Amino acid sequence: MSATTQRITLAKGLNMGLRKAMEDDPRVLIMGEDVGKLGGVFRITDGLQKDFGEDRVIDSPLAESGIVGTAVGLALRGYRPVVEIQFDGFVYPAYDQIVCQVAKMRYRSRGRSAMPMVIRIPYGGGIGAVEHHSESPEAQFAHTPGLRVVTCSNPVDGYWMIQQAIACDDPVIFLEPKRQYHADKAELDDTATPVPLFTSQVVRAGADVTLLAYGPMVRTCLKAAEAAAGEGRSIEVIDLRTLSPLDMGPVLDSVRRTGRAVVAHEAHVNLGMGAELSARITEQCFYSLEAPVLRVGGFDTPYPASRIEEDFLPDLDRVLDAVDRSMGF
Amino acid sequence: MTDPVTDPAARPRIEWHAPTAEPELIQLLTPEGERVHHPVFDLDFSAEQLRGFYRDMVLTRRIDTEATALQRHGELGLWAQLLGQEAAQIGAGRALRAQDHVFPTYREHGVAWCRGVDPLRLLAMFRGVDQGGWDADEHHFGLYTIVIGAQTLHATGYAMGVQRDGAVGTGDPDRDTAVVAHFGDGASSQGDVNEAFIFAASYNAPVVFFCQNNQWAISEPIERQSKIPLYQRAQGFGFPGLRVDGNDVLATYAVMQAALQRARDGEGPTLVEAYTYRMGAHTTTDDPTRYRLSADVEHWKLKDPIARVEVYLRRNGLADDDFLADVQAEADDLGVTLREGCKAMPDPEPLSMFEHVYAEMTDELREQRDGYADYLASFEEVGR
Repeated sequence: MSATTQRITLAKGLNMGLRKAMEDDPRVLIMGEDVGKLGGVFRITDGLQKDFGEDRVIDSPLAESGIVGTAVGLALRGYRPVVEIQFDGFVYPAYDQIVCQVAKMRYRSRGRSAMPMVIRIPYGGGIGAVEHHSESPEAQFAHTPGLRVVTCSNPVDGYWMIQQAIACDDPVIFLEPKRQYHADKAELDDTATPVPLFTSQVVRAGADVTLLAYGPMVRTCLKAAEAAAGEGRSIEVIDLRTLSPLDMGPVLDSVRRTGRAVVAHEAHVNLGMGAELSARITEQCFYSLEAPVLRVGGFDTPYPASRIEEDFLPDLDRVLDAVDRSMGF
Repeated sequence: MTDPVTDPAARPRIEWHAPTAEPELIQLLTPEGERVHHPVFDLDFSAEQLRGFYRDMVLTRRIDTEATALQRHGELGLWAQLLGQEAAQIGAGRALRAQDHVFPTYREHGVAWCRGVDPLRLLAMFRGVDQGGWDADEHHFGLYTIVIGAQTLHATGYAMGVQRDGAVGTGDPDRDTAVVAHFGDGASSQGDVNEAFIFAASYNAPVVFFCQNNQWAISEPIERQSKIPLYQRAQGFGFPGLRVDGNDVLATYAVMQAALQRARDGEGPTLVEAYTYRMGAHTTTDDPTRYRLSADVEHWKLKDPIARVEVYLRRNGLADDDFLADVQAEADDLGVTLREGCKAMPDPEPLSMFEHVYAEMTDELREQRDGYADYLASFEEVGR
């Protein structure tokens, strides 16, 4: 291992990325519930208040609309706030501020007032949590013009993407797959050149089916591709990374080669990201398709009690079942 | 043994009493135009300053009446009327220093006037040609906010930024900065307003919460929003609250000047309740005859914010007929400018709707724009 590389978790990658962004730009502020002394309930901001002070790492009152609403004012004053919503299910009190204020400020002001803000949201299930702690609200934000929505799936992306999101002059909803925070380690070379933020990446090459995933499902899909390879089936896995805007280039290239696409996400299938991806793939490579675009995701129920969440969340077998159905056409 | 569930006499009493004392209303000029003095909030006003307030209020009222007429003629889609609230807005607006920053509702036409925003820009928004065409940083006057109360959090956050810039409590009158959050009695029920109070108190942010209590939230009276006078709520949040006669431009100016200076000095937030009355409708789509008594409106007519200043100016020989006629002539000219300017305002180019969604247009949006441009062009070809 060279001096510039180290093995890190996603939690560590995000923490290091936040630290780097704060070092690089004194206008970057962190605000949220318990982000200071505690370092956040997931410890993503661990040690930052100690090193950057209470003026830059701000423990906020317990009010999500207040957090995002005051961040709007800080951004208008020239700061670059990075706010933490403690859990996905707690973002809704801030929904008006995000959708009506943050998303529209640049537009209403005809470009005069920028809103460079990052809203970090730990999301997704699989951690045995009580209700409102396991949700996947990405489509609600991807549906809102003016917001950008990205999600990282691995430690290296976590490190780079959080810095790129902070540097972005538009508001970014930054979704962090909470069950991946401490799941795997990966080697980070912090001297490398990162891929651009709003791009999708082929993370495993294949020829038979294109599997589209993001956030927590990327790991599941890579394992599914691994398992399928043992049976002689070649699955290409794309980590979308950006949900708004979508980076359709790599997706369409892949589907034109494989003729088949399966979208996997934890979010409810109805009107989820899979619906949009399916529509765009169908519109843009209709004649390449050998099968309809299939979706595998959370069922259209509220997120269930955690003892049965493994039945709600798409797992390796349900992903492969969808792949089988696609191949059956 | 008595059982408090079955025996009312055995129940411990938990009592609450509405405040019985008449809330103190800070006033420097009575509705009859009589100058009264206040032990804390008194100022010496020059004749020029008083004439300036009068002129500001007359012109603001003209903006309002012209805009209302333009809406009736179909030139504006909507207008939010401020009739009766001129003193509250001019008093608050003129107490500002250049660097102070204002977060308005959608009714702050008088404050906009004080901040040098061209009233045609206000009309443009209500005409539907843009969604806020003034430069918020240039005028230190934010865009109108329509979601009730949302801007109070923006003001508080901006004030937190002012603190981080070291622009409070330095003693430099050109550096120390206050922020004003405008809102109304209806907004006082919103979560965002209450959260703004909490954030501002917690961080001691240099923000003045200026509530124009005009008694009505569309059709709902103040009694639906609050069991106690609104200014008294500040106590529960941990900062001072004051009620000023919002139809008295002198008192509003004096109280706001004190509250703003307190913020600039780093002493934290203040709630100022300007007690006034919405003489007009909520907006041009509203019909107040359905829900309030004309006797109430008549009662408040006697408290008109402009008439009392005019009486005071005349009685004390501070303004003569020429001055008053000049202001009227200026108002007439402004009316013409607004009418002609409004009608001459072109609709925006349809394709401009695709601009400024993001700092840089995304590929997918560019594709939509280009597709729509081609679609529009196809009609031109057919027409040719």
